[in-house]
Amino acid sequence: MKDEISEIVNVENLVYKKTPLMTDNILSYCPGCGHGTAHRITMEVLEELGIGEKTIGVAPVGCSVLAYEFMNIDMQQAAHGRAPAVATGIKRTWPHKIVFTYQGDGDLAAIGTAETIHACNRGENFVIIFVNNGIYGMTGGQMAPTTLPGMKSSTSPYGRDVHIMGNPLKMTELIAELPGTRFVTRQAVHTPGNVRKAKRAIKKAFENQMNFKEGINFVEIVSNCNSGWKMTPVHSNEWMVENMFPFFPLGDIKVDGELVNK
Amino acid sequence: MGELKLMKGNEAIAEAAIRAGVDAYFGYPITPQSEVIEYLMVEKPYETTGMVVLQAESEIAAINMVYGAAASGKKAMTSSSSPGISLKQEGISYMAGAELPCLIANVVRGGPGLGTIQPSQADYFQATKGGGHGDYHMIVLAPASVQEMADFVSKGFDLAFKYRTPVMILSDGLIGQMMEKVILSEHTPRWTDEEIIKLSPWATTGKPASRERNIITSLDLDPYRQEEHNIHLQKKYKEIREKEVEYEEIMCEDAEYLFVAYGSSSRIAQKAIKLGREKGIKAGLLRPITLYPFPSEAIRRLSQQVKGILSLEMSAGQMIEDIRLSVDCEMKVEHFGRMGGVIHSPAEALQALEEKIIGG
Amino acid sequence: MTEEIIIAGFGGQGVLSMGKILAYSGIMQEQEVSWMPSYGPEMRGGTANVTVILSDERISSPILTEYDTAIILNQQSLDKFEKAVKPGGLLIYDGNGISHHPERKDIRIYRVDAADEAGKLGLAKIFNMIVLGGYLKVNPVVELDNVIKGLKKSLPQRYHHMIPDNEKAIMRGMEIIYPVKGS
Repeated sequence: MKDEISEIVNVENLVYKKTPLMTDNILSYCPGCGHGTAHRITMEVLEELGIGEKTIGVAPVGCSVLAYEFMNIDMQQAAHGRAPAVATGIKRTWPHKIVFTYQGDGDLAAIGTAETIHACNRGENFVIIFVNNGIYGMTGGQMAPTTLPGMKSSTSPYGRDVHIMGNPLKMTELIAELPGTRFVTRQAVHTPGNVRKAKRAIKKAFENQMNFKEGINFVEIVSNCNSGWKMTPVHSNEWMVENMFPFFPLGDIKVDGELVNK
Repeated sequence: MGELKLMKGNEAIAEAAIRAGVDAYFGYPITPQSEVIEYLMVEKPYETTGMVVLQAESEIAAINMVYGAAASGKKAMTSSSSPGISLKQEGISYMAGAELPCLIANVVRGGPGLGTIQPSQADYFQATKGGGHGDYHMIVLAPASVQEMADFVSKGFDLAFKYRTPVMILSDGLIGQMMEKVILSEHTPRWTDEEIIKLSPWATTGKPASRERNIITSLDLDPYRQEEHNIHLQKKYKEIREKEVEYEEIMCEDAEYLFVAYGSSSRIAQKAIKLGREKGIKAGLLRPITLYPFPSEAIRRLSQQVKGILSLEMSAGQMIEDIRLSVDCEMKVEHFGRMGGVIHSPAEALQALEEKIIGG
Repeated sequence: MTEEIIIAGFGGQGVLSMGKILAYSGIMQEQEVSWMPSYGPEMRGGTANVTVILSDERISSPILTEYDTAIILNQQSLDKFEKAVKPGGLLIYDGNGISHHPERKDIRIYRVDAADEAGKLGLAKIFNMIVLGGYLKVNPVVELDNVIKGLKKSLPQRYHHMIPDNEKAIMRGMEIIYPVKGS
């Protein structure tokens, strides 16, 4: 028996290994949430590019406020919405380091709209990873700037009435129009295929940061919030495909500083 | 001896920052302190010392840029005036909580609200009692001359890094806009990357295999650990109160009456004392140089000697509370000050001393 | 020695720069100096003033309510500051545009028609130097050499070719200033 295990636990038979850039801490995210996967592929990209030792991450307020518990790199926790300003401060004073922010929709598209748009417009050279699940997960399921029309939340309990509550904001399309963004894409992590695509996009974003002096590289990940949406994980992913993707279509929006024609 | 120049207080802060080897200035224009960023943009220190100068989209963004740079061990600063400082309070509270060193220059103007652009000292409470949310203090330095505006930049950074805490230079439109001669210090080179890693091993500079990851945060959801952190902060403030008090006594040797005044009011008090002595009134001045920590001991000592104390501030009376606490309300302490951007004259200050303290 | 001066006129008349040159001149002869302007949007097109103090001692208040000398370049400033001159003090004014002339009897009053003179000389830009020259004739608080040194310090390099014109203007001011009788 013992011999069999040591036969299996053999370097040649290794097909998958947790990246050392993830800590051993147990993820605090709800089972079924996309954050864990988004964390993992981001850290895998840093490992594959060999830049873990020179990377500084910024996680502001939201479900990912504790990202520093899971990402085994130097991290700063920022005030709500301010991550792009914090990252500007780091990158401007440490231009040869790699810097990224990891922000949710409330953070990036509501309270931090000004910081996001201006960092993008200045053409700061860092990566923004934007996890959009259409709801305020951490505070218990309130309406987000990306909550869909008609979608229920604890502060839109009868569904988002756009005439009263305003429209959901497509920040990603908006910032793609700015001259300071280099690569703008929208991805998802609900299927293995999408995970691979999202990881390639994140890799391209970091490679761009390494290869160029200017330009934001922006990866939106449309994700589920099964707790906030009050659905099972499987159902929440189905609901995301049926409802979120038509409003927030996946794919590259801007590549190498040029808008992608659709 | 360094270079001698005639400069505005605001310009002196900017020039001193370049010379002190500051790594970054992030700011947003607001009267009466816009000369700080204007001067830096003209001087272009990014081409000489490598100092970053960036006009942010808001005061909020500027203080958060300072947060990012400071958390990575850099000497970063910002400046603003009252309404802008109110916007920065969130960031200052986060920096106090995360124990980040930085320098914030506040060139105070009259309030509340948009108020006026003229000088005021009505932000004493905001500066010395915390300002943002949570139990914290900044070290607060009160320059009374253009020379001190320059000198307090490197002094402020020394204290900020010694205690890992935000430090505020609390001046006002008078000191900011006034020109005086100033002797500028020699250039101190900016810290190298290696020096930063050695001086600030806590900073997020990229995690090598040889150490655990560095995390800069003010968050701890466990109340017991958060309490531990608060106890640690309070210990630090106690040490600051014990070691860093600074003040100046002017004509106190034979004083029968005492002005307590800081910054521009201390200048006006000195003229009032001169006018008073011409009339035979023996007044002196205690000028707090640090407002937090406050020179309570010195005031208590002088209260044994004088018959009364007049707090002179361009406000409705804020510092007077700290003076009264210093003397345990065992002595006559009154306030005089103009508000809303009006600067009291030396004659008014003397008259207030005569009416409220001597005759009162 | 302490000399407390207010210089007041319209924004654009060179009030602040005259004060600055005076302050720099004081530094050149190792005096303590302070220069405190009125500041803010009211300066643009409105009135501007600056308090300059030259002293052998540490300067206390940079803001004052009475002055040894008032140098006045428009009517509003004359109305405001004539009464702020200390008894026995000095008031210098440019008569251009003045309808209500100063009336005090307990101060020394001088007039320097610098605006007219600057027009004649084609030196409108350095009209304020004519005024400064007049002041230095009446009260030589700083030596001419130190004023020239002060000019060099306060003017950007690209304006240094104008220093001879400035000096000429100062000399002219010294010639045309005259005491107002009865004061």
